[in-house]
Amino acid sequence: MVEEEGFRRYVAHFILWIGIAIVAFPVYIAIIASTQENALIANGQMSLLPGGHFFETYYQTIFVGTSGSTREPVGNMMLNSLVMALMIAVGKIAISIISAYAIVYFRFPFRMPIFWLIFITLMLPVEVRIYPTYKIVADLHMLDSYAGLALPLIASATATLLFRQFFMTVPDELLEASRIDGAGPLRFFWDTLLPLSRTNMAALFVILFILGWNQYLWPLLITTRDDMQTIQVGIRKMITTTDALTEWPIVMATAVLAMLPPVFVVVVMQKLFVRGLVETEK
Amino acid sequence: MQKQAIFQSKLLPYALVAPQLAVVLIFFYWPALQAVIQSFLLQDAFGLSTSFVWFDNYVELFRDAAYFEAILRTFFFSFAIAASSLSFALLLAVMADKPLRGSMLYRTLLIWPYAVAPPVVGVLWIFMLHPSLGVLSRYLRALGIDWNPLLDGDQAATLIIIAAAWKQISYNFLFFLAGLQSIPKSVLEAAAIDGARPMRRFWTVTFPLLSPTIFFLLVVNIVYAFFDTFGIIDTMTRGGPGKSTETLVYKVYSDGLLGGNLGSSAAQSVILMIMVIVLTGIQFRFVERKVTY
Repeated sequence: MVEEEGFRRYVAHFILWIGIAIVAFPVYIAIIASTQENALIANGQMSLLPGGHFFETYYQTIFVGTSGSTREPVGNMMLNSLVMALMIAVGKIAISIISAYAIVYFRFPFRMPIFWLIFITLMLPVEVRIYPTYKIVADLHMLDSYAGLALPLIASATATLLFRQFFMTVPDELLEASRIDGAGPLRFFWDTLLPLSRTNMAALFVILFILGWNQYLWPLLITTRDDMQTIQVGIRKMITTTDALTEWPIVMATAVLAMLPPVFVVVVMQKLFVRGLVETEK
Repeated sequence: MQKQAIFQSKLLPYALVAPQLAVVLIFFYWPALQAVIQSFLLQDAFGLSTSFVWFDNYVELFRDAAYFEAILRTFFFSFAIAASSLSFALLLAVMADKPLRGSMLYRTLLIWPYAVAPPVVGVLWIFMLHPSLGVLSRYLRALGIDWNPLLDGDQAATLIIIAAAWKQISYNFLFFLAGLQSIPKSVLEAAAIDGARPMRRFWTVTFPLLSPTIFFLLVVNIVYAFFDTFGIIDTMTRGGPGKSTETLVYKVYSDGLLGGNLGSSAAQSVILMIMVIVLTGIQFRFVERKVTY
């Protein structure tokens, strides 16, 4: 740009660093708090510098849990969250890619009604039909199970739409070519379409993994056993409004641990994630 | 748009759509239908008998002042969250769009809060602004503010808005940055040659060109404030003190699952569904229009 020199540039740097500071401050506080003694924090005398209890706190958080409220090792909660997030990401991609394939590459009766049935699900998050969904999962005896955690969240159309749009851009010649090579529909799907969709699948996986890992209301409802709890539910159960009972260093360590996998995924897969996000949402 | 090259098969396509169709029918349509049916039923407190009561649940809901308060509150929260988060994100995106050294680093440092879960956001902020042990509460008290969001409803609402807006900054930032980068530099250069200073250039050229992005983000932010704030509210205030932070989604949860008032909860769900369908409809119309620009 024309007069983008000197002073203005410093202002831009300055504003960006303020933004980063605002964004990072709560996490800094969480990390610091997780290394200090609970008594100090409970007195409202938390220092802004790290304390000496880092290893102790994290060991207790991951392998033992709080001594009061839930007593469930956070390591176990993380495992539950991981299984749930992976099931949602893999499950949604798997069922969406084959249904998008059917809708794009076949003509069959009820094709459009089926497409619309799937498409409409895009509009309603699980929160608005929460109680009846809970009842159905209970009737199907899927409370406290990984299937119960994942399946209702797989029921939405975002991924189907994305794959449909992508398949429409795949040149028809590819299909003609594999047909000449004698490939049937399944072969074409497996040998040609799937490899072409690799980056789309990866971007979608990143977004769905974060979505799954961060679920809260649904797991809160359908898990009653402590050992089936996800980390997002566990952390809320650890905080009580009466201060004395809350073991803040452990809560903060849990918050840090709950952030690690999704933030890691976003930062490492930044390019894929940004592209996937802009493509799915727009 | 239709593909020219297609396969002929009678059964295969059905087999391919079957898994998704099954999941959608069982876990989406069945519960949605149940919600609609339930909203016309009245169940006694012990669940022993149910009777069909037409629109009584809805009528009762609209006669209830608390429900109107929840609606107003939800819209107020949405507006406050969207406005604060959008304006701050836009400022950051405009700065990050300049040719600066280290702009990739800035971008990385700003986008990660997208990945933080709402309950974790809630826990972080309630800890910082807890009346007795919060690090920031000390400074607020030093400023002479009697800070206690656990007792003061307005302060609790402020806390929710700050936390929810904080989480949404990164998302808005990403889309603003993408929007800014798609504005042709030649247009801005032409304005500069005509003698428009940076501020004027921003308001007369950049901002209007960015308006589709702003509108899109506004709708997304409202939907976010409606639903994704549940985790933040539940960890920070649980709808309280009183009902000062109870939004529509939180009310569905607390009336239906904690209060056992299923008919009313279902009627509220149905109203919410209609609201989301309208919002999504707006979004789609807009996206479609944008494609044909």
